[in-house]
Amino acid sequence: MNPMGSLCANNWARSSSLLPHGNGIQTNLCSDPPPFYGVGIEAPFKEINQPSQTQSVIPGESNKDIKIPDQETGKLQDWDPSAMLNNLSFLEEKIHQLQGLVHLIVNKKCLPFEQPHELVTQEQQLITADLTSIIVQLISTAGSLLPSVRHTLTNTSPLVGQLNQLRGINLPFGSGASNGIQPQNNSGNKLFDQSIRNDVPNNNCDMEHNHNMEEHEHKDDEDMDEGENLPPGSYEILQLEKEEILAPHTHFCTICGKGFKRDANLRMHMRGHGDEYKTPAALAKPHKEIGSEPKLIKRYSCPYAGCKRNKDHKKFQPLKTILCVKNHYKRTHCDKSYTCSRCHTKKFSVIADLKTHEKHCGKDKWLCSCGTTFSRKDKLFGHIALFQGHTPAIPLEDTKGLAEPHDRCDTKENSTILGSMNFCFGSNPSSENGVNNIMDVKGNIDDPINCFSPLNFEGCNFGGFNEFSQPPFEDSESSFSFLMSGSFNYAPKSGGESCSDNLL
Amino acid sequence: MKKQKNPNPFESLSEELVFTILDLLENSQSKKSFSSCCKWFHALESKHRRALRPLRAEYIPSILARYSSVENLDLTLCPRVNDTTLSLIARAYRDTLRRVDLSRSRFFTGTGVLNLAVNCLNLVELDLSNATELRDAAMVGVARAGNLEKLWLNRCKMVTDMGIGCVAVGCRKLKLISLKWCVGVADLGVDLIAIKCKELRSMDLSYLPITEKCLSSIFKLQHLEDLVLEGCFGIGDDSLNNLVFNEGGKTLKKLDISGCQNISHIGLSKLTRISGCVERLVLADGSPVILALANSLNKLSMLQSIILDGCIVTSDGLKAIGNLCISLKELSLSKCLGVTDKALSFVVSKHRDLRKLDVTCCRKITDFSIASIANSCRSLTSLKMESCTLVPSEAYILIGQKCHYLEELDLTDNEIDDEGLESIARCSRLSSLKLGICLNITDRGIASVAMCCSKLKELDLYRSTGVTDLGISAIASGCPELEMINAAYCTSITDRALFCLSKCPNLQTLEIRGCLLVTSIGLASIAMNCRQLNRLDIKKCYNIDDSGMIPLSHFSQNLRQINLSYSSVTDVGLLSLAGIPCLQNFTLLHLQGLSPVGLAAALLACGGLTKVKLHVSLRSLLPELLIRHVEARGCVFEWRDKVFQAELDPKCWKLQLEDLMQ
Repeated sequence: MNPMGSLCANNWARSSSLLPHGNGIQTNLCSDPPPFYGVGIEAPFKEINQPSQTQSVIPGESNKDIKIPDQETGKLQDWDPSAMLNNLSFLEEKIHQLQGLVHLIVNKKCLPFEQPHELVTQEQQLITADLTSIIVQLISTAGSLLPSVRHTLTNTSPLVGQLNQLRGINLPFGSGASNGIQPQNNSGNKLFDQSIRNDVPNNNCDMEHNHNMEEHEHKDDEDMDEGENLPPGSYEILQLEKEEILAPHTHFCTICGKGFKRDANLRMHMRGHGDEYKTPAALAKPHKEIGSEPKLIKRYSCPYAGCKRNKDHKKFQPLKTILCVKNHYKRTHCDKSYTCSRCHTKKFSVIADLKTHEKHCGKDKWLCSCGTTFSRKDKLFGHIALFQGHTPAIPLEDTKGLAEPHDRCDTKENSTILGSMNFCFGSNPSSENGVNNIMDVKGNIDDPINCFSPLNFEGCNFGGFNEFSQPPFEDSESSFSFLMSGSFNYAPKSGGESCSDNLL
Repeated sequence: MKKQKNPNPFESLSEELVFTILDLLENSQSKKSFSSCCKWFHALESKHRRALRPLRAEYIPSILARYSSVENLDLTLCPRVNDTTLSLIARAYRDTLRRVDLSRSRFFTGTGVLNLAVNCLNLVELDLSNATELRDAAMVGVARAGNLEKLWLNRCKMVTDMGIGCVAVGCRKLKLISLKWCVGVADLGVDLIAIKCKELRSMDLSYLPITEKCLSSIFKLQHLEDLVLEGCFGIGDDSLNNLVFNEGGKTLKKLDISGCQNISHIGLSKLTRISGCVERLVLADGSPVILALANSLNKLSMLQSIILDGCIVTSDGLKAIGNLCISLKELSLSKCLGVTDKALSFVVSKHRDLRKLDVTCCRKITDFSIASIANSCRSLTSLKMESCTLVPSEAYILIGQKCHYLEELDLTDNEIDDEGLESIARCSRLSSLKLGICLNITDRGIASVAMCCSKLKELDLYRSTGVTDLGISAIASGCPELEMINAAYCTSITDRALFCLSKCPNLQTLEIRGCLLVTSIGLASIAMNCRQLNRLDIKKCYNIDDSGMIPLSHFSQNLRQINLSYSSVTDVGLLSLAGIPCLQNFTLLHLQGLSPVGLAAALLACGGLTKVKLHVSLRSLLPELLIRHVEARGCVFEWRDKVFQAELDPKCWKLQLEDLMQ
């Protein structure tokens, strides 16, 4: 981490001229200043006076690394007027593309509503996506024209929105010694969101991230990256539109995330991302990384406003892959339209989830009174040990052999348990009345005499019986203070009364 | 009985006063006579009664009507208790009932239990042992009894972790739980009990398929005093070694790991290290008692009792027990192999404060051991030394001379003679004396015991053929508190002995098996005078016939168990026995005068039967429907296929026994 930190600090030092004495080394390094956010201000400053190995490495030495040559050439070309010219012509081309697109939109709008609505919207989406990508490229290329920005910007395509975000993120850095840096960061488009892949390759941090990426790539669960803790801004945030997410695409643009039904279409789309995608090789094998061109880490944002996975959320946690986005969006913000064909109760919005469930459906025989099922008994018991008031629910078939009243009781019990989950959480004294009332109502509806009549209880005082339910109810306050709603079925508080209910 | 007059003078007594009187009446008999004094007393006694043990389930409705505030309901005499009965009980004693014993009852289901639990909110003790049909659903019912403190579920084999889990969640105040032989319950259930029921004092987990996984929660219990892990084969040294016990087991007073063959001294030392306050340690049928095992007990500074029954004992191990720096009160070496004179005498010389010593079947010990026992342990109250055949008769004289505090002495199958008995008679506190198969004793020795040991309650003279009417009559006159006497195969006793025994009003158990000279007349006198008689064995009393049964049926209203095999009783006698209300158990093998019809009638007439032993040949002769009917009432038939045996001469019998042993 330290090398990076110092490099980062060097960058600031140079630009703000706060620490002129370190210049000797910095000039070498600052030609390729890596962005860094993870390290605080203190560490870099310490490092400056005692240069570490990495710092003192002269460019020639760092050539040993595989990725260096690229960067070196890039660095040399940094002030190359011909490169600048290239960029400018690229810009020109892009602007032309943009113009064409806008024309297209204008034409579309002029048309009467002949086409089916769906098609129109789809086309519009395509256009907007293309538009976005072009604009992004425009901005990045334009940024690279400025003298202080690195050449590699041409390869990256940060979104406009990201710039805004970055400004906010940079704010903390503005405090203290680096105050002078801030305006430059913002105004000069010195993008800290540059991929760390553009850093000096022997950067440990970078390697780690690559490693993480590979590890997680195959897992499609969006929750997998909970602990990732990428520093904000060290990755690129992409946000697909809702329609995009829900479209049944299988091929995704690795740059902008746009989905396609056919690979060929994707390849066609990729051409819009730059000339390097236009080569026959790129068209043939679009998924293969071009050369050893370093890539920006991409993370995705959920388009649903207010969602934690939405980039505007305070504690934004990005999603790793497009598949994560799709699954997350469906699971969290869509209706659960797939119903299990076995139990007919569990519903899913992701068909893979349904399939996973169906594999195990019916095997989850360990049931808690709260309605949660477990595939393993020890998991159920762990759950019960953890929560007060939860109790193992005995499967119905087990109680079938019992005599009538009990059987009924059990059925009722189970159904209430399952049904009344949201019913009066935590029966603290204040809510007891509520429960009581409900019990009373029940008691009135279900005439207790009926239930005991098979047991020959003529002449029993049912008034007293009902009265009796009160004292234990109070008793149980302490021991069952955290009763789940369902638990009034077995908590003694319901006493005789609940029995009469149950027996009916 | 008082004549009823108006106004009744007793009614002027205040209720409290009568209650105080009733509190002092302990005997149920005297309570009965008290309540039959007058209506007022009857009503008061009904109101006062707290504990009930109904003789039959049929009586329960009327009992419920009469006794209004019963707390303790013992249904062990009612095999047939169904859900209806239980719901009646639950309804009648909703406020008062605190304890119900259903351990011998069948025919009830979870519904009945649920009814009890839901209605009787003060229920604190519930015994559901032997309810082998109860399933987890019934435990849901038990779990409703939130105030339950003691719960016995022994042998509830169908109950699983799920049911126990419900109990754990529902009955948070449990202090005692007994899950012996609940083979369906394993780690998870026990673990949850230990997690949820923090008040637990006593846990019996015998023969459960548990492993070390639940032990850590158990040892976290703050109040646990008594832990029984008998026959838990899943717990072994390895698992104990892997356990990390933090701050637990400090309160443990009794630890029973008998039959845990996988726990050796290594595991034991681990256990003893954490539970330093153990007072009673049961290691029966466990790993061999070697030096290391005994050394692992060093940490137990409070230890008072060690039970090593059935273990292989080495001399080193036993000596190390002697070297423990504590003073044992109880040591049991029953059936231990390898107990030598030298080691045993060393142990007893070190633990001079021993109160109870059991050296049953330690066949190697001789008078050397007995001498050191007698010399060291003067305060012994219980000495059991059955079948210590190498101990010569002189040794017993020493016991009598030194151990004056003996209350319990088992000398079965030993070489004791009259001289020894005369010496032992000095132990005036003796209440239980077992002299079975002591062929050397005669009336003289017995008479001296009778003269001095007036507190004798239990006397076993099984096959001690030297004892005759004289000895028995001496006992009868000298030991008025006698409750149990076994004179089986004392072939020379006659009716005269029974006449004398009929002076013992507390006599409850009489075994005169094989006393050929005894007749119905003697038995009649017993029946008339010993009203407490509840067990009677007159097998092979060929001279007892129907005329002995009729007085029994009249007077012995407490008779529960009778063995009539080989006697001359016929249909008539058997039918008359049906008049005894609480007769539960009879054995009728080789009754010559018994016809299937008579037997069928008797089976029908005896409503409270729980167990009947019959010859297998009768099975086909009885109507199948009748058998099923009787079984449905709660009776179990045991069909035996024993051949008719002629009686052997006692000496000859012993020789045969010794042959078998070799």
